[in-house]
Amino acid sequence: MQSKSHGVVHWKLQRISAIAMIPLIIWFVSSLVFNLINGYDQSINWLQSPLNATGMVLLFGTLYFHAASGLQVVVEDYVHNEGLKIMSLILIKLLSVLLGVLSILCVLKIYL
Amino acid sequence: MAEFALPKHSKIVKGIDYPINSEAENTKKINVYRWSPDDDENPRIDSYTIDLDQCGPMVLDALIKIKQEIDSSLTFRRSCREGICGSCSMNIDGTNTLACLKSIDDVKGDINIYPLPHMEVIKDLVPDLSKAYEQLTSVKPWLQSKSDPEKGKSRKQSPEEREKIDGLWECVLCFSCSTSCPSYWWNGDKYLGPAVLLQAYRWIADSRDENTEQRLEDLEDSFKLYRCHTIMNCTKTCPKGLNPAKAIGEIKKLQLERR
Repeated sequence: MQSKSHGVVHWKLQRISAIAMIPLIIWFVSSLVFNLINGYDQSINWLQSPLNATGMVLLFGTLYFHAASGLQVVVEDYVHNEGLKIMSLILIKLLSVLLGVLSILCVLKIYL
Repeated sequence: MAEFALPKHSKIVKGIDYPINSEAENTKKINVYRWSPDDDENPRIDSYTIDLDQCGPMVLDALIKIKQEIDSSLTFRRSCREGICGSCSMNIDGTNTLACLKSIDDVKGDINIYPLPHMEVIKDLVPDLSKAYEQLTSVKPWLQSKSDPEKGKSRKQSPEEREKIDGLWECVLCFSCSTSCPSYWWNGDKYLGPAVLLQAYRWIADSRDENTEQRLEDLEDSFKLYRCHTIMNCTKTCPKGLNPAKAIGEIKKLQLERR
């Protein structure tokens, strides 16, 4: 798993996703405050706007990708048992894909 | 998993206290890590109190004084006593530095001296640096070129080109930086560490070297280079005031440009 070569690709994607999340998180947190004030029905309405749904899909995609690549680095740093390391890396990838797809489907369910 | 606690045999115990015999007024207590491969003892901290009026200004002077006057078994590396050879690197007052460049007056209270962190100890303050030297050799720290220089002439370099290796050539390879880096502690077998990466960049940045592309290719590895997480301990600790973290950053930049 990316132990040899492709170091630069991983490094670059990790940074791009981090930068992409700056505006996405600011937008998400301010919308969250706004939705908390306006209540449940308004929040559903909010998510049914194409612009907001797009933002949420982008946020979830970037978020889970960034979390997975960050966790991968943590595991590579600290887990030195080769078997345990590969298991953890596979688990991280699977879980992030699972949670990412689930989150995006939830957004789409409300939107559609 | 990473090992956060010392193995049982490495637990440090209290050692011998050598109080001062004379009535000196200006004294300093120096606590030194001691371990010998010849017996089965745990490492210990010996305390030596010395008369500063009868001692040179640097921590290395104090160590030499202890070795000459109090305890000749104290073992440490030293040579030039002026920050050029890089031999006397050790952990003084919690920071890796060169004993010959660290002033005794800069340390408040007792002076605690340990070998460079996270390296195998050969004896007392002498760490085993053979793995680090192997890593240094792996980046081929010498000029590589296909072309021949003009006969009987040296390879030319403009003042601007020469400036690019300022802050790099000054490294004395004391490995204070590498042994201060947590990433090097955890993955020192695969991560090259700041000292070696600075050396690698020293040749990448040198206009006379013609093997830049291959050098970058060799470093493009998620462990050799990308275990650097910009912790910056290396730059903070460097006794020569160099910036290994910046050199590593420059290598990462060049890796991006290659793609």
